[in-house]
Amino acid sequence: MSAFRIAGKGRVNHSKPVRFTFDGKTVQALDGDTVASALLANGIHLVGRSFKYHRPRGILTAGSEEPNALVGTTRGPGRFEPNTRATMQEVFDGLKTESQNRWPSLTMDIGSVNDRMHKLFSAGFYYKTFMWPRSFWDKVYEPFIRAAAGLGKSPTEEDPDHYASRFHHCDVLIVGGGAAGLAAALTAGRSGASVVLVDEQSELGGSLLSEPSIEIDGKDAWSWLDATVAELSGMANVRIMTRTTAIGYYHQNMVGLCQKLTDHMATPPADAPRERLWRVRAKQVVLAQGASEKPLVFDGNDRPGVMMAGAAQTYLNRFGVTVGRYAAVVTSHDSAWYAAFDLLTAGVKVNAIVDTRAQVDPTLVDSARALGIDVFLSSTVTGTSGRKRVTSMTVAPVTDGKVSGGSHVVACDTVLMCGGWTPNLHLFSHTKGSLIWDDENKVYLPHEKTEECQVAGAGRAVWGIADTLKDGADAGAAAVKSLGKSGAAVTFTVSKDRTGSGETHRELPTDGDPGSARAFIDFQNDVQAKDIRLAVREGMKSIEHVKRYTTNGMATDQGKLSNINGLMIASDALGRDVKQVGLTTFRPPYTPTTFGALAGYHKDGHFEITRKTTIDSWAEEKGAVFEPVALFRRARYFPQGSEDMHAAVNRECKATRTSLGMFDASTLGKIEVVGPDAVEFMNRMYTNPWTKLQPGRCRYGLLLGEDGYIRDDGVIGRLTEDRFHVTTTTGGAPRVLNMMEDYLQTEWPDLKVWLTSTTEQWAVVALNGPNARKLLEPLVEGLDISDEAFPHMSVADCTVGGLPARLFRVSFTGELGFEVNVPARYGLQLWEMLWEAGQQYDICPYGTETMHVLRAEKGYIIIGQDTDGTVTPDDAGISWAIGKAKPDFVGKRSLARPDLVASGRKQLIGLLTVDPKTVLEEGAQIVDDPKQPIPMKMLGHVTSSYWSEALGRSIAMAVVEDGRARDGKSVYIPMPNGVIEATVQASTVFYDPEGARLKL
Amino acid sequence: MLLIHCPYCDKELPELEFAYAGEAHIARPVDPSALSDDEWRDFLFIRSNPRGTHFERWRHIHGCGRFFNAARDTVTDKFLTTYPAGEARPDISKLTGSKA
Ligand SMILES: [Zn+2]
Repeated sequence: MSAFRIAGKGRVNHSKPVRFTFDGKTVQALDGDTVASALLANGIHLVGRSFKYHRPRGILTAGSEEPNALVGTTRGPGRFEPNTRATMQEVFDGLKTESQNRWPSLTMDIGSVNDRMHKLFSAGFYYKTFMWPRSFWDKVYEPFIRAAAGLGKSPTEEDPDHYASRFHHCDVLIVGGGAAGLAAALTAGRSGASVVLVDEQSELGGSLLSEPSIEIDGKDAWSWLDATVAELSGMANVRIMTRTTAIGYYHQNMVGLCQKLTDHMATPPADAPRERLWRVRAKQVVLAQGASEKPLVFDGNDRPGVMMAGAAQTYLNRFGVTVGRYAAVVTSHDSAWYAAFDLLTAGVKVNAIVDTRAQVDPTLVDSARALGIDVFLSSTVTGTSGRKRVTSMTVAPVTDGKVSGGSHVVACDTVLMCGGWTPNLHLFSHTKGSLIWDDENKVYLPHEKTEECQVAGAGRAVWGIADTLKDGADAGAAAVKSLGKSGAAVTFTVSKDRTGSGETHRELPTDGDPGSARAFIDFQNDVQAKDIRLAVREGMKSIEHVKRYTTNGMATDQGKLSNINGLMIASDALGRDVKQVGLTTFRPPYTPTTFGALAGYHKDGHFEITRKTTIDSWAEEKGAVFEPVALFRRARYFPQGSEDMHAAVNRECKATRTSLGMFDASTLGKIEVVGPDAVEFMNRMYTNPWTKLQPGRCRYGLLLGEDGYIRDDGVIGRLTEDRFHVTTTTGGAPRVLNMMEDYLQTEWPDLKVWLTSTTEQWAVVALNGPNARKLLEPLVEGLDISDEAFPHMSVADCTVGGLPARLFRVSFTGELGFEVNVPARYGLQLWEMLWEAGQQYDICPYGTETMHVLRAEKGYIIIGQDTDGTVTPDDAGISWAIGKAKPDFVGKRSLARPDLVASGRKQLIGLLTVDPKTVLEEGAQIVDDPKQPIPMKMLGHVTSSYWSEALGRSIAMAVVEDGRARDGKSVYIPMPNGVIEATVQASTVFYDPEGARLKL
Repeated sequence: MLLIHCPYCDKELPELEFAYAGEAHIARPVDPSALSDDEWRDFLFIRSNPRGTHFERWRHIHGCGRFFNAARDTVTDKFLTTYPAGEARPDISKLTGSKA
């Protein structure tokens, strides 16, 4: 048996041994142990090194507030997790754990040299030390900080686990399964309400698990607990979830729960999710989260072996583990006296109880003395000794807050400290419920509520099991009453209860130099009492500033242990009342939560939807390379053989310009605008005039925001007097429809217009090239598509190869072009038909990259690439699209805004590099004079840039200050390996400026 | 996550179904060309941004698709009421009771 385990004691299963490893060494444990309890059972206290000073650190607590005992855990291949709290991780056969933040080993750590230079690392050290020179950041400071400070290493493998999520609704959600939560659950459960009871521990009971000697309703605490859990489990209306943390309390009583499902299992069921995130919407919430024990702040309070008294009591009673052989206690609260008595009864020698208070309940003092414990009241601890484990503590008397006599040394291998208890009000604070400072108990209490919730038990400083049970039952009854149900608070009779009280302090008095004391407040972030005082001396007045300057409370434990101590010291240093100093804000999550739990099912293929057109499968079979465009995946190019993108695009461009290309344009956004007032609506929305557009004809439409900037564009066909087929950019369709709906519903509700998204109703194949009509003509029935009968910018219904079609004669390439729209279900059939029929013209399927090149050769803009939300029609050189005679349209008034008519605006122009082989980088910045001193004045940037196979040279578009006035002039593009010269061309059209090729 | 009452569907539904749409009761001028630059600037950009009750627009975008107005407290995030677009601004004192 392990050296510090007491046979038969605790709730661990003594007949079920478990083995796991810590830093490669096998550790003997029992089923029911945590990593922390098992290490302590084997006498291991040193488990890690602190963040900044690399000081040896031990296990401080027995719960989720643990700041020190963070370990890396490996739960099988690929299942590594850093920063796991050893106090929460349950052991199982095969679990591997390792200490963190040490090199080369835990006992021999090079980084601990930081501790000897601790005066360099005072509060605000990051701000002060690493200010200048700026260039030192990347090469010196940051690598140093990263190497010297830090917690565990990130996992390197992809997380093989999966995570579930679920919604749930209930009448009463009870957070915390201790005495208060159980009493609330019994009361609410017996009333018939639907109840969810959650606890972060592996079993219900809370502090009852550490206090077995108390009797409730004539039973010992654990028998009562068994009976209570059995009753609750038997209620169909009660759901109990252990290993489940309420991580956040959101609006309208929605609480996020993270349920750990498999981390405690040696062999989890196949395909079981690791964790499940619950979003519970409760009519009533009972917060029974208990309280956290506060450390005392004194020199050397962080040595391994110094721990919370309540934690020692938990290890003893719940896990059957003694935390040492001979202990010393320092406390300001009665609870630590009981912890000492329990340890003494279990065979641990208790050498001293040091209490800061002058007056302590005489029964406690008498009991201690009767047990042979030396008692020192009105005393302080001025230091401890021992490097990797505490070996002694130094005690001195105190009068009027000052050390008033000689000190003496108490030998011990364990120091149990208790500075009182802090109600856990994190979730209550998430709701923006206000807190009120209780001067008598020196705690913050819940005050004004913003949600339908009750706070019960130690969470509102109720102390002792009898009062806590009553408080919980009352909270349960209040919740039930709010639901309109009847149900009286369950009552309990408690004997052998342990009640008590205590005081809250700032750092303890010392006779040494406070500047050299190593008295820690935030153990994980290595924040000391003197850091808080320094921060105040250096001008930090608000507690939020003190927090950020010192990093107090900013570690993964979020100040659960450090907040109040930091506040007490800051209040003293500021000379202001605690109430006026106030508390920093608690934010979710309550404890660190995995990204996996938050992501849930939204990973891999489920992270984001991938929209595919009906022609997508054909492109995939043909080996297309895809790219994401909005939520679609689109074929970018169709490589043949060993072609790279450049070669494939050159071939596709050439084929389209010389014969025939085909393109899947189904992703284009489509909105049908219908109704007697459709034309009026179009006139008001788009810049262009629509009244005179005849049915069967199309027009390029330009949409502005009310601010005058370009939002979207597309070809719009008028099908009949009262029906428009509007196309939008691929990514813009939802935005445009939303904008149209907004104006229609809220500004012009009198217009009789209906808007329908038809993007997915149509599959669209674009045919471009001089042979486009030759291919199409024999397939079309019911329409003459000759140039005379069906000129450029026409639309009509017909059949194509027997398929019902809406045919457009439009072009985004500058070639003779048609866009065949068929109902989406015929998309693939149409494509394959055109592919077959097109073989005689060597028809070439092309992708988005070729589409981009071909349109750039023609100077057609792409919204969002050549525009960025600050580009006006004039900036883009498309003022011709504005219906100047129209009295109004969205954005018209803004085109006269002073800033929009001012000179010096960036205008879209063409750029030709002096070396025709140089292809500019999109996004590259443009300057007037490359010899000007840095920082140079930037005139604009390159928006589109390609190799043009048709022109045998590179082409680019750019937005440049007063661009059109620079026609023929040189600009320069400084790049890392040299400056590129280019000539401005006022027009963005590079190819076939007369548009002759459209008119075939 | 808020629950929002759609005044058309007459149901409290999760925030996920809704989209925020800016401050309410800012009507587009009937004749924008009649406005001075400053007046047009105010219409475009100047918003009340209050600490407290804010009248704002929402759209039940993944539901009935309709725009509606809401009074919401920007400190607590809580909705005081929602009402159809086009209805007059409700009386706040009746919504917030004695605190108004
Ligand atoms: Zn609705």
